[in-house]
Amino acid sequence: MMSTPGHGTMRSRRRFIHHAASAAILSPLLTACATGTSLLSEPNSDKASPYRLANRLSWGATDAEMEHLRKLGAAAYIDEQLRAAADNTLPAAAQAQIDALRIQKTSLQTLVWETEVTRKSADAIATEDGRKAAQQAYQQELNKLAREAAHRHLLRALCSQNQLQEQMTWFWFNHFNVHQYKSNVRAMLGDYEERAIRPHALGHFRDLLGAVAHHPAMLRYLDNEQNAANRINENYARELLELHTLGVDGGYAQRDVQELARVLTGHGVNLSDTPPKLRPEQSAQYVRDGLYEFHPGRHDFGNKTLLSHSIRGRGAAELDEVLDLLAMHPATARFVSRKLAQQLLADEPPARLLDDMAQAWARSQGQIGSVLGVLVRAPEFTVAFTESAPTKFKDPMHFVVSSVRACYGDRVVLNTMPMQNWLNRMGQGLYNRQTPDGYPSNLASWSSSGQMATRFEIARTLGGGSAGLFKTDDPMAPREQPAFPQLAKPIYYDVIRPLLAAPTRDALDGAASPQDWNSLYLSSPEFMYC
Amino acid sequence: MQRRTFLHASLAATALGSTGRLFAAPAAGSRLLLVFLRGGYDANSLLVPVASSFYREVRPNIAIPLAAEGVRGALSLNADWGLHPALENSVYPLAQKRQACFIPFAGTHDTSRSHFETQDTIELGQADGGRRDFGSGFMNRLASVLQGRDAIAFTDQLPLVLRGRIDVANVSLKSMPKPSDAKLRQSLTSMYQAHPLEARVSEAFEVRDEVAREMTKETTKEMAGEMEAANRNAIDAKGFELEARRIARLMRERYALGFVDVGGWDTHVGQGAASGYLASRFDELGRGLAGFADEIGESAWRDTVVVVVSEFGRTMRENGNRGTDHGHGSVYWVLGGSLAAAPVAGVQQGIEARTLFQNRDMPVLNEYRALLGGLLARQFDLSAAMLEQVFPGAQPQDIGLI
Repeated sequence: MMSTPGHGTMRSRRRFIHHAASAAILSPLLTACATGTSLLSEPNSDKASPYRLANRLSWGATDAEMEHLRKLGAAAYIDEQLRAAADNTLPAAAQAQIDALRIQKTSLQTLVWETEVTRKSADAIATEDGRKAAQQAYQQELNKLAREAAHRHLLRALCSQNQLQEQMTWFWFNHFNVHQYKSNVRAMLGDYEERAIRPHALGHFRDLLGAVAHHPAMLRYLDNEQNAANRINENYARELLELHTLGVDGGYAQRDVQELARVLTGHGVNLSDTPPKLRPEQSAQYVRDGLYEFHPGRHDFGNKTLLSHSIRGRGAAELDEVLDLLAMHPATARFVSRKLAQQLLADEPPARLLDDMAQAWARSQGQIGSVLGVLVRAPEFTVAFTESAPTKFKDPMHFVVSSVRACYGDRVVLNTMPMQNWLNRMGQGLYNRQTPDGYPSNLASWSSSGQMATRFEIARTLGGGSAGLFKTDDPMAPREQPAFPQLAKPIYYDVIRPLLAAPTRDALDGAASPQDWNSLYLSSPEFMYC
Repeated sequence: MQRRTFLHASLAATALGSTGRLFAAPAAGSRLLLVFLRGGYDANSLLVPVASSFYREVRPNIAIPLAAEGVRGALSLNADWGLHPALENSVYPLAQKRQACFIPFAGTHDTSRSHFETQDTIELGQADGGRRDFGSGFMNRLASVLQGRDAIAFTDQLPLVLRGRIDVANVSLKSMPKPSDAKLRQSLTSMYQAHPLEARVSEAFEVRDEVAREMTKETTKEMAGEMEAANRNAIDAKGFELEARRIARLMRERYALGFVDVGGWDTHVGQGAASGYLASRFDELGRGLAGFADEIGESAWRDTVVVVVSEFGRTMRENGNRGTDHGHGSVYWVLGGSLAAAPVAGVQQGIEARTLFQNRDMPVLNEYRALLGGLLARQFDLSAAMLEQVFPGAQPQDIGLI
């Protein structure tokens, strides 16, 4: 395990040079962090590399993940994660929980109709008190659906074998963010995530963009259901260009926003089961798929010009043409590649790598797995995650999921409400970003003093075994109370301990109890990075 | 590590030095609370151009009517402007005492009409057109020039405006933080020794303990019936008002610079008029601001200014959904116990079709850096050189608010 002094000096020197070189591209604070890692003892690279790879491509290394990677080898593990197995059934104890959820058993259309019945019957109650109570019941019903979606999301993050796909599902939801508390979006979240986002998380960006653009959750969240010829609402058009595709510096103007808004007219949501009344010549143009509808009577059929391209006014197909254009636009390739690299590598990814990713985007027709392949196989990625210490600070979601994975590994949690609450407390609640830009991913956003204090509190609760992850409301559920987790286990002594800085090791060695040991481990500076 | 202000090693040798004061209350010093309304609030519903027939014409469903017998409507500020009626019992009385003033046609020269782009512009406060440094917000630079005066964000995350070379604490006051365990605290602090996050970790414990102490003190006083008259509403207050009253107590005792943000202003659909969605947002905000003024107490209120800003105004014409879309010029609010301003201040013009910016929005006639620069120079007695650090290249305009 110990390197020879000569070897060690050389390695340290090389790392020092690496850090000096990155100073140019990293923000001052990030540079300071990278320099701080020189406190680390020399990594045992045989064991450290797979640990860090698993820690980065998954929501946090576990014993089982490490074992799986060891069997496959790093290259095959990367391939497997980029592909994602078609069958994403979870371990039985988790799958059974998911199968029991109302959002899993019910189609979006039925779910919305059922909740609409509750809402309408509430409005019909004559007394004010009765109406208020019924409206509250309706809100609670919606809240419950959102909690179910979050529960399913967290169970998948904790247990799925397709760990990278799960990370990307979170990433794309955030990229195409919708806020749960707008109207009845809570009833739509589960379907949006499950059908519009997850299946395309490693697929073609164009398919993802199209699925989002035709999903009632997005059309409702960004008000496009209100957007009609001569009653223009620009909200979705603007964010589609600024946040979803080209980026704010992507070379479009206010005029393009207005033209795209015209293209988007008529694409909306219909909660009823009856089509609108249309003139005969328009009825052939009508499109309906679940709650999504294209209403030709609301569409602006004039010609449009977007980013210097002429779009012949003809109906719903204009949007497909525009999405083709946007998905393959070089500005989109660049903007989205940058966000991907920021999520997985560093706040300021190297420009050369972004060029390579953008080229892969063009070559592969925007195949996300191919673009990510370039990223995770790049030398910068290898250097950042296998040889030197990691530089990507975990955001709250990563901190919470990796903590629970470290604590409980294969053991399936029964209640994710504590996790949902922690995320809300840290300001990164699932489905809780009000604005369409999604949560940021950089160090400065998540490392303030208030954030650190909350992380320490969570580490203490979790490390002491009192988080309530195995407590359920179900009286029939087993009453078993698992003891506090055992984090000081072989993987720690074998792989992790040599990666820790001396002050961390000293603090752990001086822990007064196993519970304190756990809390300190989860609070340690090294655990904050992946 | 007892210092509240931590300087990065590379900068420790600059003029700022390493003499950040410990935990001292600002010595009879001036205070600033910046309230950011995220989402671009509809300023034309707040400060109503009562003299403009054009306004009523292009907002057939959402214009705020003139108050009249039996009609809830704009409260008169002067011949041209009225205030939204939701503020009748909160901010309007302050305006009548000349402790609240509104500056229309305020904002940035950023025309992206993007929430995020324009919020960043304001929070960074850097010269237009240059390369942006996302590691330097203007309130952090203000904290730098006001050596040793404490700054804090009352938010879950540290906002851009307070990021920079001084490490600033953040703590959300929506719920109460718990005090820390001494033994664990010591071990945790030791783990972060010499780590780049060391100062933040120490600060995390210090600030939480301070807040917990401060709040316990107040609760005990209240329970003992010794509560000052000014605190009478503290227990009953809800939502933003409760938060604002807690902020007031902490700022009265200790912090010179504070920041809080309030969301929910992006009213593309059904914003309402004298009542409705936006009115209820104004109501909650107004109660909070009046609660802050009340809670901080008469003497501290005289040394305090509260500035309310938002990234942009909204379209003058209502859209097809009885809402408004992203616009340009906004209305900033300034409140404080020592204000000496007319209720509506700054450069103004009439509101008609031909004066619109890009035939769409309110123009910006009072650029935010010039405006805030002039205000902060008076409030904190900043030299031209200091102000140049806070808003580089800006020409401060003192429009005589204080």
